[in-house]
Formats: sequence, structure tokens, C-alpha cells
Amino acid sequence: MIEVKNLVKKYGNHLAVDHLDFNIEAGHVYGFLGPNGAGKSTTMNIMTGYLGATEGEVLIDGHDILKEPEEAKKHIGYLPEQPPLYMDMTVREYLEFAAELKGIKKGKRQEAITEVEKLVKIKDVEHRLIKNLSKGYRQRVGLAQAVLGFPEIIILDEPTVGLDPKQIIEIRELIRNLSKKHTVILSSHILAEVREVCDYILIISKGKLVASDTPENLERTLGTHAAVEIEAKASRSEVRDILKNIPGIEKIEIQEEEDGTVKAGIRVKKGEDIRESVFQAFASAGTPLLTLKTSGTSLEDVFMELTQKDTVPEIFGKQTVWEEIVPEDKPDTQEGEEEEKDGGDL
Amino acid sequence: MAAIYKRELKSCFLSMTGPVFVAFLIAFTGIYFMAYNMTAGYPYFSYTLSGSLIVFLVGIPLITMRSFSEERKNKTDQMLLTAPVSLGKIVMGKYLAMVTVIAIPNVVFCVFPLIIKSQGTAYLAVDYISIGVFFLLGCVYAVIGMFISSLTESQIIAYISTFGILLVLYLWDGILALLPSSSISGLVGVIILLAVVSFYIWHMTGNAVLSGGIALVGAIAGIVTYIVKPEVYENLLSRFLGKLALANVFTDITSNSIVDMTGIALYLSIIAVFVFLTVQTIQKRRWS
Repeated sequence: MIEVKNLVKKYGNHLAVDHLDFNIEAGHVYGFLGPNGAGKSTTMNIMTGYLGATEGEVLIDGHDILKEPEEAKKHIGYLPEQPPLYMDMTVREYLEFAAELKGIKKGKRQEAITEVEKLVKIKDVEHRLIKNLSKGYRQRVGLAQAVLGFPEIIILDEPTVGLDPKQIIEIRELIRNLSKKHTVILSSHILAEVREVCDYILIISKGKLVASDTPENLERTLGTHAAVEIEAKASRSEVRDILKNIPGIEKIEIQEEEDGTVKAGIRVKKGEDIRESVFQAFASAGTPLLTLKTSGTSLEDVFMELTQKDTVPEIFGKQTVWEEIVPEDKPDTQEGEEEEKDGGDL
Repeated sequence: MAAIYKRELKSCFLSMTGPVFVAFLIAFTGIYFMAYNMTAGYPYFSYTLSGSLIVFLVGIPLITMRSFSEERKNKTDQMLLTAPVSLGKIVMGKYLAMVTVIAIPNVVFCVFPLIIKSQGTAYLAVDYISIGVFFLLGCVYAVIGMFISSLTESQIIAYISTFGILLVLYLWDGILALLPSSSISGLVGVIILLAVVSFYIWHMTGNAVLSGGIALVGAIAGIVTYIVKPEVYENLLSRFLGKLALANVFTDITSNSIVDMTGIALYLSIIAVFVFLTVQTIQKRRWS
């Protein structure tokens, strides 16, 4: 459906997109995931023909976006980061303009506009001027413009930015509905959103494609470890002594609580299950074990690992080796990762 | 193209710039008409029209300033450029909308010679031709304004630069009189022009070999010509640059009743060149 081949975009000396290569198949929802400034919007702008690429090519249904722009652009509906709205028009006028611009036949225009207005729930504001609408409504009008005429490919650049939680849920619902008949590509820096909506994720960092797979596969293949979390009524050193003799442990992080208990995160080699031996060890030491549970690698971990390194790691087939250390006063590492989730978990 | 044309025309009248331009031009011409034709009894409407030329200088940048700069600032150009419409059609759609706005007062002007005729002798042929050329001159000014609007994101900068350039073109005859007429100054002028052209080519293509080559070959050819036949350069600057006094084609009609067909061809070619340059400017921005 879309083939992106060896795409490079340079702004002066800055390499915004660095040899991107991927294919988009019909009928899926694709998510572009990456931190701010990773090159998501630039890639989308090139794919839709707004920008020219320094090198490489983009084929939409076999049509080169630069050589046969009109043919290629017919297949695409695009919502840029900032919705391209004319403030001096009413919603209806704007959508009529968009419909004519997209070459929808005169007889079908009204019907097509009414259909998308209902779809994104803007029918009740259709006679209001766009400049008087709130940000959420403007975003929806932009979305209506992209969906109008139901092109085969719908590209949405951060479609839920600026919306309230209820609207976000509605838009996600809408994207899922659209994916039944269309190919949807959306970009986001919100992990929860991408995991919920997309069935395929492309992680971009510093203009490079660092991973592309389904969310489940990413978590499975890129997860380097399993983890066990425990809570016990003991001191830090007691817990360390008890755990020391259990085989298969790679790393332990211990945190002392104020109520005299200790929480520990134990990182285990992949495929090992140490829960039983942990229980036995605590039982034989006579130390009460309050909690014992496993937790796998989350998409957050994968994302952080892929996008926070200076050099791009070779992901597939390479396992990160954890140092066998027991940090003394290090705070829980989960904290930094929670921040990334903010705004996404609504 | 029709969609862009309609939207542009509508927005021009919603934003007041269109009505203000039309009203101002008609009111100003009406006052001149009263003074010259009605009160003083001069039978040529074309003479009245030449007085209105100054309104063009102020009014036309008003219509053209928004055309591309506003789209770029509000990022609505993303919608136009990702729609299945070619860039040429986008530019033409916008240009035709501006031309339509300029045409409205000119259609109204067509009534004035008839009023003169109802009072006695009128020279309809000269009057109508002058209205036509006046309109065409407006189209030339508009295409220059549109080109400048495509260069910037700010409407104000677009307005002021367009007004400045139109004013210089309007005063061109006076400026030309200051130019030296000796052949060596002609050569210097040609080399300066050549440098400007090759800098523009370098700016657009980034190809230093091509632009440098053009500059070098042109300069050598110019110097050789000067050595062999220096009289070619005499008055060259005023002869060549005199063509840029665009309003002369129009004032020839209004003051001498002379219609210069090459002048009209010049108008049409300037329109074509600037439409092309506007397309290239927008095209270039996508690549940089």
C-alpha cells in the first residue's frame, strides 16, 4: 500500500530523517512512536507530499508521491499536527471546500459531508465559524477533513492532542472503526494510546526506525528479562542475604519502607521462574513474605530502552547484559518511566 | 482550481479587503470624473482613469498580501499541498480570484464613458481600450504582489514590499533620468544585472557551477562586445530598463491615444513569468 524506501530529509546540516525504510500493508492501524523531535511529523509530511525528500522515494499504491502527485494524493487523507483550518469559514463551508478540493463529485458532496459530520460528531456546530470553536472541536473538524471522501489511507499526526479524556476515548473509538475499511497511520508520543489503538508499531528515534512489530511481539522479543516483585517484613540486609543464594537472579533493587517492611524488585533471566524458590528461601529463614508477584517487560521499558540510548541498538537477537549489582540507595527505577505515561493513561 | 478560486474570492470579501479596494477605487475615480469630465467638460474618461493609477499602488498590495503568506502562517498550505491538485492550479486559482476583484471596479468604469456620451461627444474607443489596459496593468501589479506574498510569512512585509516595488515602477521614468548614458556605464550596468540573475539562479538551484558559469560567460561576452563595438552600450541602460516603466503603456493611451501592442505583450509575459516564479518559490520551499 505504502512503500517508503531509503528516505532521507536534511534541514541544512541537521538530519531529520535518516534512511527510513518500511512498508505499510492495507487494513491495519500503524502507530509512529517516538520522542519529540524524532522525525515523525517530517516523515508524515514527506509521505503526504507536503515536503520533498532529500533522498529516497515514497510509493502510494505504486504511484510515486513526487512524480505522480495528483494520483498518489487521491488515496490519502491527512490531518497535520496543527489542523489546517480557515478561521473565517463555517464548519460546513470548510468541509464543502475540502470536498471540492479532493474532487468529490458534486452530487455526492452533501451526502459525504453529512456522513463525516455525524462520524466525528460535529453536526451540531456545522453553522458556526471555525474561529469560535474550541480546540477539541477544531481538532475534530480537521479530522473530518482528513476522513472526508473516505480515502484508502488516513494519516493522522497526533490526533488526540488537546482533547479532553472523553474526546480522546471517542477519537480512539473512531480510529478503530475506520481501521475496518481503511489503513490508518497515526503518530503519537503517548504509549498507552498507541498500544491501545494500533496493531503495528514503528518506533522512530533520531530519524531512524529502531523497531517495528506488533505491540505484543515488541514486548516479547525486546523484553530482556522477567521480573519478580516481593514485599517482606525484614531489614534490607536480611532480604539480601536470603535472596543471595537463589540461582537465576540478575539484579536486585531493594527499597526500605517506613513501616518496617522491605520492597524488592528482582530481575530474572528470561524464561526462569524463581517464585517457588523465593518462597522456600523466605520460609526456611522464618521471614514473613507479604507479597510475591511477577511482572514482564512493558512497552514502556522497550520504548525507553530504544529511544534513550545515544546509539541505536541492534535490537533483534541482541540481549542486554545486566550488571550483577545490588544498589544500596537507588530509588525505584519505575519512577522515571511513570512520567512518560502521564497524559496517556486517562 | 474552482474550489480554490471560490474560497479565495469569498474570503477576500469576508475580510473586507475586497470591498475596501473596490469602494475606494470607484469613489476616487468618481471624484476625478466629477472634476474633469462633468465640471470641466473634458470628454476623455481615459484621462480621469490615469489619475486613479495611484490608487492601484495602495490598493493592489491590499488584495495580494494575504494570498500565500497567510496560508503559510496558519499552516493551511498543508491542506492545499497535500490535496490532489497541482501547484500550478493552486496558484492560478488564487490569481484568478484577485483578477476578479480587480475586474469589478473596471466593469463599473465602463458606465462612465456612456454618461459622457449622453452629455455630448465621447471617445468610446479610446476610453474602453484604456479601461482594458488599466485592468491589465492591475493584473500585472497583482501578479507581482502575489509573488512577493509567496516569499514571506508576514502580510505586513508582503504589503510594504509590494507597495515599495510598485511605487518604484511608478516613478521609474524619473529614476531613469538619473542614469548615466556613456557606454562604459552601460557595461557596468549589464554586469551588475548579470550578477543579480546568476545569484538568483544559485539561490534557486544551489548549483554553483551553473550560476558561476552563466555569470562568467556573460561577463566575458559583455566585455568582448564592449571592446569590439562600444557604441552598443550607449544609452543601453535607459533603453533596456525603460521597459520596466510599466505604466507608460497605459499613459500613452490616456495622454496620447497611442496603443502600444508590444507593451500589452510585455504585460502578458510579465504575468506568465511571475506566475511561474510563484510556483517555483513554493516548490523550492518544500525542498529546503
